[in-house]
Amino acid sequence: MNFDLTDEQQMLQAAARDFLAARLNSEKIRALAETDDAFSEDLWKEICDLGWPGLMVGADSGGQELGTIELAVLFEQLGYALTPGPVLSNTLAALALQTAGTDAQRERWLAPLAAGELRGTLALWDRGHGWSAADVTLEPESSNGGVTLNGEKLFVLDAARADFFVVGAKGDRRFIVERDAPGVTVTPTPTLDATRKQYAVKLDGVKVDDDAAFGGDGQMEDARIRAYVALAAELTGIAQRALEMAVDYAKERKQFNRPIGAYQAVSHRCAQMLLETEGARSASYYAAWAADNEPETAPLAASMAKAYASDAGTRVTGASLQVHGGIGFTWEHDLHLFLKRAQSDAVMFGDSRWHRERVAQLAGI
Amino acid sequence: MDLTLSPSEEAFRDELRSWLESNHPGQPPKDDDARAFQWRRQWQSQLHKGGWAGLSWPKEYGGRGATLIEQAIFSEEMVRGNVPAPANVLGLVMGGPVVIHHGTEEQKQRYLEPILSAEEIWCQGFSEPDAGSDLASLKTRAVKRDGGWVVTGQKVWTTLAHEAKWCMLVARTDADAPKHQGLTYFLMDMEQDGVDVKPLVQITGESEFNEIFMDEAYIPDENIVGGVGNGWGVAITTLMNERAGLAFAAQAALKTHINDAISLAKSISHDGRTAAEDPLTRDRLAQLFIEAEIFRVTNYRGLTKIMKNGVPGPEGSLGKWQWAEVNQRLMELALEIEGPYGQFAEGSDYALGGDWQYQFLRTRANSIEGGTTDILKNIVAERVLGLPKLR
Repeated sequence: MNFDLTDEQQMLQAAARDFLAARLNSEKIRALAETDDAFSEDLWKEICDLGWPGLMVGADSGGQELGTIELAVLFEQLGYALTPGPVLSNTLAALALQTAGTDAQRERWLAPLAAGELRGTLALWDRGHGWSAADVTLEPESSNGGVTLNGEKLFVLDAARADFFVVGAKGDRRFIVERDAPGVTVTPTPTLDATRKQYAVKLDGVKVDDDAAFGGDGQMEDARIRAYVALAAELTGIAQRALEMAVDYAKERKQFNRPIGAYQAVSHRCAQMLLETEGARSASYYAAWAADNEPETAPLAASMAKAYASDAGTRVTGASLQVHGGIGFTWEHDLHLFLKRAQSDAVMFGDSRWHRERVAQLAGI
Repeated sequence: MDLTLSPSEEAFRDELRSWLESNHPGQPPKDDDARAFQWRRQWQSQLHKGGWAGLSWPKEYGGRGATLIEQAIFSEEMVRGNVPAPANVLGLVMGGPVVIHHGTEEQKQRYLEPILSAEEIWCQGFSEPDAGSDLASLKTRAVKRDGGWVVTGQKVWTTLAHEAKWCMLVARTDADAPKHQGLTYFLMDMEQDGVDVKPLVQITGESEFNEIFMDEAYIPDENIVGGVGNGWGVAITTLMNERAGLAFAAQAALKTHINDAISLAKSISHDGRTAAEDPLTRDRLAQLFIEAEIFRVTNYRGLTKIMKNGVPGPEGSLGKWQWAEVNQRLMELALEIEGPYGQFAEGSDYALGGDWQYQFLRTRANSIEGGTTDILKNIVAERVLGLPKLR
């Protein structure tokens, strides 16, 4: 029984923290947020050189073949630095292919993704429907040697910079669709969080070959569990950063001749933020460990993590804003960027209430 | 990270389980506190003979020298098996460790064995009517006289004082020194004329606690632990051990209560569906389940840290605070699930069974005993986050 990260995991943590701190500051993040796609060619190239998109990709596809704990370590740091751009979208596309893709698909799509030559993203959620696999309504129609896809997918991350989409269909099936395929229309859908862009992807009679299909009922669960862990870890990093900002501010800001952090109304709020941040961290790493070591508890652990971290992320950023007072409400201060990313992460792949219902089912309530 | 038990930890757990299978004592007699306590003494002596008392104590002092993980396993197994607590809890968790850390060799020889065997029960005299959270402001005075000290004052919230032979007493020996420096840690013999014990009845109707009145009680010099004027530091060791020692038992008990509450929610119907099917109740039960699990995981994270740094850190305050909060919310929800039936006195023909009403009342103390939640937040703010002190 030991909760420590290994030396290698600590090295990954330090390397990610140092790299992101060196490359990203407020000006850089804001500049990217103001572009159409929040994408920096130079930053992405460096991230690919570090092997992050292929972190969990098998060595046979040119990936690092690391585990879910490493995934959590990386995403905690990505959240802490409020990293813009397509790390999450590519990680999730890679996880889907790694989990259920065919050998040929892994060679054609996953290996180039891990090498940074192609980018992919998930297009799972149908307009007007929820987060469950059972809520996906897109029904492929058989046509000569393949299928035709009609529908509209929302919440598609970084679609404008993706080379291919992993499109979800009924029965938890997946189809690889190239962005340039006839019948595909990509429309930006501005959201709260400008640092990571989302799009609507319309599929209008898009024809794909049979060899673009993979997945099916029961086959995508492992990828989903890791998506929950990645988001919970990112939320933990965001909460950690918002907590540190609040504590630093409470030490320096003076009112009534004292630092405001000396007042219990403020200091107890900060203590509460720590409680929730540490809880999110415990839950995220426990789920990461379970995903790789205890498959029977992994679904429960992952939903516990996503439920708790979603609440912690939104509450801690909100509490930090309150500690900052008026300055925290200004566009000029960075806090709102974290608040908005937390809000986005909290609803993605199921909000806290949705995951609590899963916990209730899995825990036999 | 490896959250599985090592082969030696598994062996420890299996040995404990099989010992408990053949030695489980059943439950103490109800409705007679004195007999129940006598029963617990017997049970502790049996535990001791089996080698399961003083788990954390070094082997040379009659303990088992168990690792922190083994101690955690022990606590979890005791709750899992519904095994009653031994009699001399405070001696085992606090008194023994303090004597081992700060005591002289003579003191170790004199006091440790009777703690393990439950021949001598211990209690703790720290809090006073005017010194609760601000413990260092305590007023009980000890004055030097004839190779010893004469003590006058009052202590409160003293668990087991009516059964105890020894009291871990912190008293002021230097009224002129700064308040943290004028204190001394004594072992006071409770069996003397200068000591008077009165039970305190709490909101559950029980008397777990007492008041102790000391009127010129005598303590010889050799009963000082850690030297004159060092009482604060010695007392802190006691409190740290208390918090670390109780966390795993608390966690296991919480888990049991959550499972019981889930069964309760499934067994009670309102408006054509069980409480467990009501979306709002369901959501709250799931949230409590999650928080109890996180409390467990955070405890284990804390252990890893203690094993590296040697001592429990201020982070332990987070766990105690979280535990109190989850425990209270759980009992509130359980009574809410029972609805109007939650009012009936336990044992009434109309009551639904279970001890939710008792738990509801008893858990009100969780955010007060062993450090109030309010003080724990101060500790977290000042010592973990480094925020400035108001004082």
